[in-house]
Amino acid sequence: MYDVIVIGTGPGGYVCAIRAAQLGMKVAVVEKRSTHGGTCLNIGCIPSKALLHASEAYDEASHHFAAMGINVTPELDLQRMQAFKDEGVKGNVDGVAYLLKKNKIDSFHGTGRIVDAGKVGITFMNGETSTLDARSIVIATGSGVVSLPGIEIDEERIVSSTGALTLQEVPKRLVVIGAGVIGLELGSVWRRLGSEVIVVEYLDRILPGMDSDVARTFQRILVKQGFEFRLGQKVTGVVDAGDAGLSVSVVPAVGDGTGETLLADVVLVAVGRKPYTDGLGLDEIRIERDSKGRIAVNDHFETSVAGVYAIGDVIAGPMLAHKAEDEGVAVAEIIAGQAGHVNYDVIPGVVYTAPEVASVGKTEDELKAAGVAYSVGKFPFTANGRAKVNRTTDGFVKVLADAATDRVLGVHIIGPHAGEMIAEAAVLMEFGGSAEDLARTCHAHPTLTEAVKEAALAAGKRAIHI
Amino acid sequence: MTIEIKVPVLGESITEATVGRWFKKPGEAVKADEPLVELETDKVTVEVPAPAAGVMGDILAAQGATVAIGALLGALKEGGSAAAAAAVAPKPAKVETAKAAAKSAPAKAAPASAASPPPAPAARKVLAEAQIDAGDVEGSGRRGQVLKEDAVEAVSAKAAAPVAAPVPAPPPRRESPSTPVPVAIQALKVPSTVGEPGREERVKMTRLRQTIARRLKDAQNSAAMLTTFNDVDMSAVMALRAQYKDLFEKRHGVKLGFMGFFVKACVQALREIPAVNAEIDGDDIIYKNYYHVGVAVGTERGLVVPVLRDVDRLSLAETEITIAEFGRRARDGKLSIEDMQGGTFTISNGGVYGSMLSTPILNAPQSGILGMHRIEERAVVKNGQIVARPMMYLALSYDHRIVDGKEAVTFLVRVKECLEDPQRFILEL
Repeated sequence: MYDVIVIGTGPGGYVCAIRAAQLGMKVAVVEKRSTHGGTCLNIGCIPSKALLHASEAYDEASHHFAAMGINVTPELDLQRMQAFKDEGVKGNVDGVAYLLKKNKIDSFHGTGRIVDAGKVGITFMNGETSTLDARSIVIATGSGVVSLPGIEIDEERIVSSTGALTLQEVPKRLVVIGAGVIGLELGSVWRRLGSEVIVVEYLDRILPGMDSDVARTFQRILVKQGFEFRLGQKVTGVVDAGDAGLSVSVVPAVGDGTGETLLADVVLVAVGRKPYTDGLGLDEIRIERDSKGRIAVNDHFETSVAGVYAIGDVIAGPMLAHKAEDEGVAVAEIIAGQAGHVNYDVIPGVVYTAPEVASVGKTEDELKAAGVAYSVGKFPFTANGRAKVNRTTDGFVKVLADAATDRVLGVHIIGPHAGEMIAEAAVLMEFGGSAEDLARTCHAHPTLTEAVKEAALAAGKRAIHI
Repeated sequence: MTIEIKVPVLGESITEATVGRWFKKPGEAVKADEPLVELETDKVTVEVPAPAAGVMGDILAAQGATVAIGALLGALKEGGSAAAAAAVAPKPAKVETAKAAAKSAPAKAAPASAASPPPAPAARKVLAEAQIDAGDVEGSGRRGQVLKEDAVEAVSAKAAAPVAAPVPAPPPRRESPSTPVPVAIQALKVPSTVGEPGREERVKMTRLRQTIARRLKDAQNSAAMLTTFNDVDMSAVMALRAQYKDLFEKRHGVKLGFMGFFVKACVQALREIPAVNAEIDGDDIIYKNYYHVGVAVGTERGLVVPVLRDVDRLSLAETEITIAEFGRRARDGKLSIEDMQGGTFTISNGGVYGSMLSTPILNAPQSGILGMHRIEERAVVKNGQIVARPMMYLALSYDHRIVDGKEAVTFLVRVKECLEDPQRFILEL
């Protein structure tokens, strides 16, 4: 009899298991892959970051080294780059296996199924089955790729993020469907390695949900890098055009204007993800789901069946690894009788392109819509000393604060290392800090973080360096 | 026409209330002035009456919700019949949204966004687990933010409370108002994860109980509290009462009790020892040249202390009449906030429940509280003879910061003298 069985060992599941073990519970995990870490570590965040890092270095060497007095002509060895990625992934998934073992958590590699409250059935890879008992069950099965009607993903020429990470040669022409985080990150990888990239997006903007000021600026930067965009367009079909490659039919998203046909060697479908609950047995034990197919939970992450909890991508909220991790910790603490809590108002989001885009809290659009009086402090990296010498001056920091209380409501950054810098904004916001608090906190010179401080100063109309 | 039902002004220093029972369901016919809903505040439970006759519309603040003064509770459709009401019910609010509406009521939102920042993340968790409201913890961070160290300190203070309380506990039943301390303190138990679920019951403290708990602890924390004792021979008062009680009741319509004598005796003593009728405000002492005496009354919701105003100007009969009226209203839960504010001294009678002796806790910011106890025949020595006399122990708890020992003892001696020789009342001695 286990205290907790966690189904799925992605960032939500394995973190939940470790936290539960720390709290003295007897814990088991069920994972259908042969390695732990879920989408994030195996076919998501981690491998894409390896390729983003490597391709950025290649791009730097190709275009920016010469200005610094380094003359090289880089030569791409894609097989080696893929191996570099695979080694990185292996290091991470092995790390998770080590952590689970260290915390004396039993791992079962097979497909989990909730037979009843307190009973988890496992079908192992070799077809054998077994049943485990648990006082609490946590569903952390994550999400899977969504496709479009009429487009069948073969992961070779028509790929999802999974296939886009394992291409064995650089496509000459890449069409990306969907201008969200995944499309822009993987589009960046292949553009840097030599692809011509066209991004088709149904909406009339990129990065839906992010601050529109940020999205507009970022789009300009991407165009400067060589991206092409077709906004307000939808893809109606992808067909094999023989020697010409794949033929992608694009028409306006609304109205009946004339369409066009794009030719591509590879099409990346990056239109979103959906909760993955196949074979879990949810219907049999009557676990309720919302209209979007996500598992419905209360504020204790408990489903409609007592003792069965769910976290991460299978429930509502942004599909982000760190959101799932925090939920994993919270649910473990709740099961242990503690107060577990996730503050959904302070969950950072990062796009790992170059420059990076990062945000936390409310966007300016959201504040306007909610009728909140706010002040804006904006500071461009062109005025930051460190960015200037590094010649990475694209982008800005924007701090949004409550006009009356000066409390920081949102911070948005486009710029080098934005994903690292957003952390200080998240800490500040978790403490309910004001723009002035941020501005009065000493920041090291010369660093990029001074731009964050200056933006906070600018919210009070007293930026020094602009 | 739709009339909005709002939280009425409930008295000074009352900023929020908890919604109690709704007496009317949406669609139900309502007469003018008929009670619609009860509101529980720190001090009393009040009923909100219908401003006009009509039909109950939507309920926006559900039972248990915390609402600010002036917040919207619901709607009343003026005039119309019940049948008509359904069709024209005010559009925006559905019953399902009641909870949400209650949550976003200004009472909760306003202080959070305006004044001090929210507790630090770790402090939030510590407080949630100890079930301490962040508002009750003094923050030491920037702009008064409650930091983890503040939360940890608050939890250990709470844990220490039952041990530190130097109060000899009379039976810890909730009906024991001789000193209401034990109940309140025992409620402050540190929750632990090792319990016996199923064999315990977790119940949310009522607002009144929370206030009692907080105020008693505040009094203990701030005053240099000390209790002095004396005993009183009740023979004279009992004889007087035996002689006149029928006539008194016929004339004044109330029974002649003991409380009136004690109130009068205390006023006499307060006149002589003004420090007991004073309070501390910062570095100042405020001497009160009026005598508002609170009389603690036990009710099923907890202890309430209605105040007899300018009791020095009341006759003994008027005092008794007022006490009787307060007692009746307290039992019915009809005491208003004003009835309980502004006391300068308090009398608590544990005797009615059989208490022999207790050490009452001050009703802050007052500096004195008299404890009455049971009357029983005890062997005492009078003129060299052992005789049986109806005796009562008296206790005066006082704030030693402004009341000296001599004053406290003199006060109690004066009370004793008045009661043992009621003729002193007439001569104002």
